[in-house]
Amino acid sequence: MFGRGRKIAPYLFISPFFIGYTIFFLYPVIQSLQLSLYRQVGLTNPPRFIGFDNYVRLVTKDALFIKALTNTTYYALGSILIIVPLALLLALILHSPKLRFREFFRFLYFTPNITAGVVVGIIFGLVFEEQYGLVNNLLLAPLGIDNVRWLREARWVMPAIILLGVWKWTGINAIYFMVGLQNIPPELKEAARVDGATRWQVFWHVTLPLLRPILAFVLTIAIIGSYNLFAEPAILVGLEGGPNNAGMTMTMYLYARGFRELKMGYASAIGYSLAVIILVLSVIQLFLIRAFRED
Amino acid sequence: MRLAIARPSDPTKRKSLYVKLLEATIVYAILFFFALLVGIPFLYMFTGSFKTNGQLFSWPVNLLAPEPTLNNYERLLSGEEIPYLRQMGNSVVIAVSQSALTLLFASMVGWGFAKYEFRGKTFLTIFLLFTFAIPFQVTLVPLFQMIVRLGLLDSFLGVILPSSVSAFGAFFMRQAMVSIPQELLDAGRIDGASEWGLFWRIGIPLSRGALSILCVLVFLTAWNDYLWPLIVLRTPEKFTYPLGLATLDGLYRVEYGMILGGAFIATLPIVLIFVAGRNQILDNLTIGAVKQ
Repeated sequence: MFGRGRKIAPYLFISPFFIGYTIFFLYPVIQSLQLSLYRQVGLTNPPRFIGFDNYVRLVTKDALFIKALTNTTYYALGSILIIVPLALLLALILHSPKLRFREFFRFLYFTPNITAGVVVGIIFGLVFEEQYGLVNNLLLAPLGIDNVRWLREARWVMPAIILLGVWKWTGINAIYFMVGLQNIPPELKEAARVDGATRWQVFWHVTLPLLRPILAFVLTIAIIGSYNLFAEPAILVGLEGGPNNAGMTMTMYLYARGFRELKMGYASAIGYSLAVIILVLSVIQLFLIRAFRED
Repeated sequence: MRLAIARPSDPTKRKSLYVKLLEATIVYAILFFFALLVGIPFLYMFTGSFKTNGQLFSWPVNLLAPEPTLNNYERLLSGEEIPYLRQMGNSVVIAVSQSALTLLFASMVGWGFAKYEFRGKTFLTIFLLFTFAIPFQVTLVPLFQMIVRLGLLDSFLGVILPSSVSAFGAFFMRQAMVSIPQELLDAGRIDGASEWGLFWRIGIPLSRGALSILCVLVFLTAWNDYLWPLIVLRTPEKFTYPLGLATLDGLYRVEYGMILGGAFIATLPIVLIFVAGRNQILDNLTIGAVKQ
């Protein structure tokens, strides 16, 4: 098929992918940037150029956008602060030698991650149910805590979604950390022990610094994942985000404006805002990780 | 002699044995506690699918199903509310096609990058790395307009095509194929194999492991996807199963047992695939992480 032309062969091998990539990714990326400078409602109406008006409106006049941004950031911070230490703890335990049932625990902790967002949303709708839900009845009632109105009261919606996120993502992050731990040469820890370091000191001064690349990876994935959050809250509290839009995430907001109201230009501006936020957060995060290297 | 006397009363030694036992207890307590937190919602989904609404919403909460009924499954599979079997079939068709296309594109481009030197290679690699960082949400609106213009709204092709070019897949296959020894290719060329023949007879068979992992990952993503099918698909007969479950969830009188049943039979095949290939998959999931 490709003859013996070693000169053209590589181009033939890479062209199907790059043609598809151009049509279905690069072109939409550029088209979206252009569209974000226009006002276009519906599919057939002619677009009208309005410059940066969409962006200005998003930041200065659109309370729901700010709300979605706040909600998503709340989720990102809340879930990362719980998931990362928890996943690290589980990884350290699962990494310890002579542990029994290691494979079983590793697989079980990982299963929520391969479960569809819609399925998770459905299960947790019942888990957080006020009167008969598992959290209120099995976790809180034994502690003497009264029923929490998880999905009906605005201030409890985000904590519920964060707990869902913890359930879904802790396991896979523990596996990432386990890989990081496996890549640390045991001699380093032994050398530190011989020098009289306590276990805590070994963890703090040897293990943790060497996990930095994995930590950067985990944080990047977590940030991107937070801003992608859609199916779980959409099913859990509805596409409008439940009471007082407390569960409305950025991607849900883009969907609402772009595909329910067909505000094409405006939704494109939301998409680009999202891209900028993810980019800025990822860069900040990389700098922070690097800053810790100096000490 | 001194050592022998010191040993029995050595406090650190004795303490460490005690501490070890305590540590083991704590370790397993933590592991089992988290296993329960992870496992109970799954158990609840499974047993709940054999319960009526009345049994689900009763007090005290029962994690088992003392009086199981198959009614939920019968009604779900008979298609009285939604054509669920058909929707699961749609999901299979979409996920399989998407996996096949992605694997073809990714292995070809990976092979091109791994085994050839050509003008523009470095530029394209860096370009791909940079654009890789752009979130997909940016593309949603123009992609939707494109799908409408191409007449692909409410069609499987509209769901499949945009998702079949994966930059991640390209990098993944390039990494897997770069280690295939050059001598094999040279020997093949001397024997008169075409460049395509080298790819098909040497490249593909020698990267079977990577291909199967990529296949599982792509299949899983397609199987579980909600947002893009929600945008493209419009009629219940064309829906994928997550859209079907979401419809059931939005009905006036929500049949939770039925929904849980649907959720269970859609999750089971995925879990079984992962049980079968768990070690290979779990060990390789992190290829991207390690390479950082």
